[in-house]
Amino acid sequence: MDVLLLSRIQFAINICFHYLYPPISIGLGLMLVIMEGLYLKTKLPKYREMTFFWIKIFALVFAIGVATGLVQGFAFGTNWARFSRFVGDVFGSALASEGIFAFFLEAGFLGILIFGKDRVGPKLHYLATICVCLGAHFSAVWIIIANSWMQTPAGFHIEQTATGPRAVITDFWQMVFNPSSMDRLVHTIFGCWLTGAFFVMSVAAFYLLKKKHQEIARSMMKIGLTVSLIVLGLQLFSGDRSAHYVAKHQPAKFAALEGVYHTAPSTPMNIVGWIDEKKQQVHGFKISGLLSFLTYRNLIDPVPGLDQIPRDEWPNVPLVFHSYHIMILTWIAMLFVSVFGFWALFRGTLESKKKLLWIMVFSVLLPHIGQQAGWMAAETGRQPWIVWKLLRTSEGVSHKLSKGQLIGSINMFVVIYILLFSLFIFLLDRKIKQGPEELALDEKLYRDPGK
Amino acid sequence: MIIDANTAFYFVIGIAVLMYVMLDGFDLGVGALHLFAKTDEERRIFLNAIGPVWDGNEVWIIIVVGGLFAGFPNAYATILSGFYSLFMILIAGFIFRAAAIEFRSKRESPRWRGLWDFVFCAASLVVAFVIGILLGNLIQGVPLDAEQNYTGDFFNLFSPYVLIVALFALSLCTMHGAIYLYMKTEGEAHQTVRRWINPAIGFFLIAFFLVSLATFFTAPHMIVPMRENPLLGMIPLLALVTIFSIPMLIKREKAGWAFISSCVSILLLLSLYQIGTYPYLIYSPAIPENSLTIYNASSTEKTLKTLLLIVAIGIPLVLAYGFWVYRIFRGKVKLDSSSY
Repeated sequence: MDVLLLSRIQFAINICFHYLYPPISIGLGLMLVIMEGLYLKTKLPKYREMTFFWIKIFALVFAIGVATGLVQGFAFGTNWARFSRFVGDVFGSALASEGIFAFFLEAGFLGILIFGKDRVGPKLHYLATICVCLGAHFSAVWIIIANSWMQTPAGFHIEQTATGPRAVITDFWQMVFNPSSMDRLVHTIFGCWLTGAFFVMSVAAFYLLKKKHQEIARSMMKIGLTVSLIVLGLQLFSGDRSAHYVAKHQPAKFAALEGVYHTAPSTPMNIVGWIDEKKQQVHGFKISGLLSFLTYRNLIDPVPGLDQIPRDEWPNVPLVFHSYHIMILTWIAMLFVSVFGFWALFRGTLESKKKLLWIMVFSVLLPHIGQQAGWMAAETGRQPWIVWKLLRTSEGVSHKLSKGQLIGSINMFVVIYILLFSLFIFLLDRKIKQGPEELALDEKLYRDPGK
Repeated sequence: MIIDANTAFYFVIGIAVLMYVMLDGFDLGVGALHLFAKTDEERRIFLNAIGPVWDGNEVWIIIVVGGLFAGFPNAYATILSGFYSLFMILIAGFIFRAAAIEFRSKRESPRWRGLWDFVFCAASLVVAFVIGILLGNLIQGVPLDAEQNYTGDFFNLFSPYVLIVALFALSLCTMHGAIYLYMKTEGEAHQTVRRWINPAIGFFLIAFFLVSLATFFTAPHMIVPMRENPLLGMIPLLALVTIFSIPMLIKREKAGWAFISSCVSILLLLSLYQIGTYPYLIYSPAIPENSLTIYNASSTEKTLKTLLLIVAIGIPLVLAYGFWVYRIFRGKVKLDSSSY
């Protein structure tokens, strides 16, 4: 293994672990706005208890999200120095906006959300909740603009400098609204909302199974199922649009996503499949002409295959294909859970369906698997480029690093992340088992110093 | 004199560094002092004194790093890849500190809390010390090649001078944290902090004396602008006056004013750093042509101007709601159900 591969592994570990948390923050941010909004509207105490229960969980998630997110701010410079010199002029401003407009909003108001419930009135508290939710969403905006620029660069020209070429902004707004940024942003945000909805749904199902906090759990179930069903529908359109931009701007990636090795008319689409890399074939269930239809809206036009792409510009096809298809399968699985759940809820039989409830408890993993796989497909599909057609990943790495340094830091991150993750699960489990009502009891104990 | 975009943005980064040291500096100091508190209640009071604000304070370091990436990408790339292992230690420090603050009070068990108390203290010491090492190296200068890459290794980063600067950074945070706690506490906890304050100030004054002397001999280039411009020469004197006002104010029980004095000292000390190093971002003493300045390391003027515009819109907002948050949590710390 060389410095390049080790740096890629380290970045993958960092970003995959980090990305467990922001989707929960963004998704729960929306959930909190809905829950606390319902409380202000109805004044029913169950919504208040629910809100403060989820705020505690939000705080836990946020803390780990910040700690692991901090790493990313350094990671470009430490391991990707030449990439940083190349893109600094372009996406430095996006990242700076992220810090100024998003992080402060989120971190600043979170203090009020958690510690301020006795210090501010309900309306100001709700304002803080909205600000935290907005901050979480803004943080997605800028990083996705920067990442989308790496996929579909726009609004720049290339300039030679003493330390190598660099991209220089010519039009800030063209950079911001590059061909893929808005579609990818929407797609990502929907993924995050699903994460929040399934999280709430999963905890609600757990309480219904254990026959605890049932009144709150029923309301949480309604909120979770409604949001998930709407967003799953929206995600279908967003996914279609995202695939369109890939087909148009990144043909090599698109061919890899669908395992199209050979260009042929009426290109089929594989719903499920397995790549045979040696024979350059896909085994599985395919629908003839579907890919042509989705791409060109007719059944005939061929989708360009990898045979039209120089061999040294291919991504790792099996990795891209399989992670992309795992993403699609998780969407289908989520749809089943939501539809059955909603139907049972509608008929009033949900609480007697133990199996379905247990499936709902574990379905909290589905959005995470979907998002990790989706990002894996998006990022490995861009290879061998770090910036599409402009800079190869091998040209972006810090070449002065030694293998020893990288092995040391990878080990450090793995140990830290295992520790953080175990603690996270342990504390999350305790909080969920404590539940909303017990937290309220706790409060009385603290207020009475005689304890 | 018209200030160019490079200088203006360099100034902005300076402000971000100032905000970071002024705000997260006291968080780090509270961490450094944490193990000196003996009872669980006192430890909780001190932890909750920074509870609602430390997260927001830490964001300033992200602004510094992000600002460097945006405005001076070459300096960002050179420092972070060059000081790789040092940054890994810093990152570990930040993660462990966040984990300790978040997890410490989640369980009652004394062993659990004792462990996280130790982690909180150690991580805070590491972060303050590593930031000192970074600043020390940037003052002293590091070897760079023609491609702007750092040519030394990890152990070259620890010269005696740099260690003195790191000690100084640690002492500054400790004093700043002690004063902050003094301001935010009452009753017994307040008396505990009272006992710490004079040793903390003493530690700082010794380190200050050492660092001034060492800079005078090891990094004489830092003194040049002061010699050439007597107006700038006033700054070290002013710094001395504010630093010595701190123990006086503490003696008169004016904790708020002592904290302001401490902040002003940080402002003056950091401006000494910026004046001394300007226009260098990373100075290469052996081959000065290889140094990174705010001109050869910067983004284009167009980007710098975009950044200045973003800052002009963003920073007033940040300061406004930052101020609001601090106002809501003003006054002495009281533990309640939402506390850590």
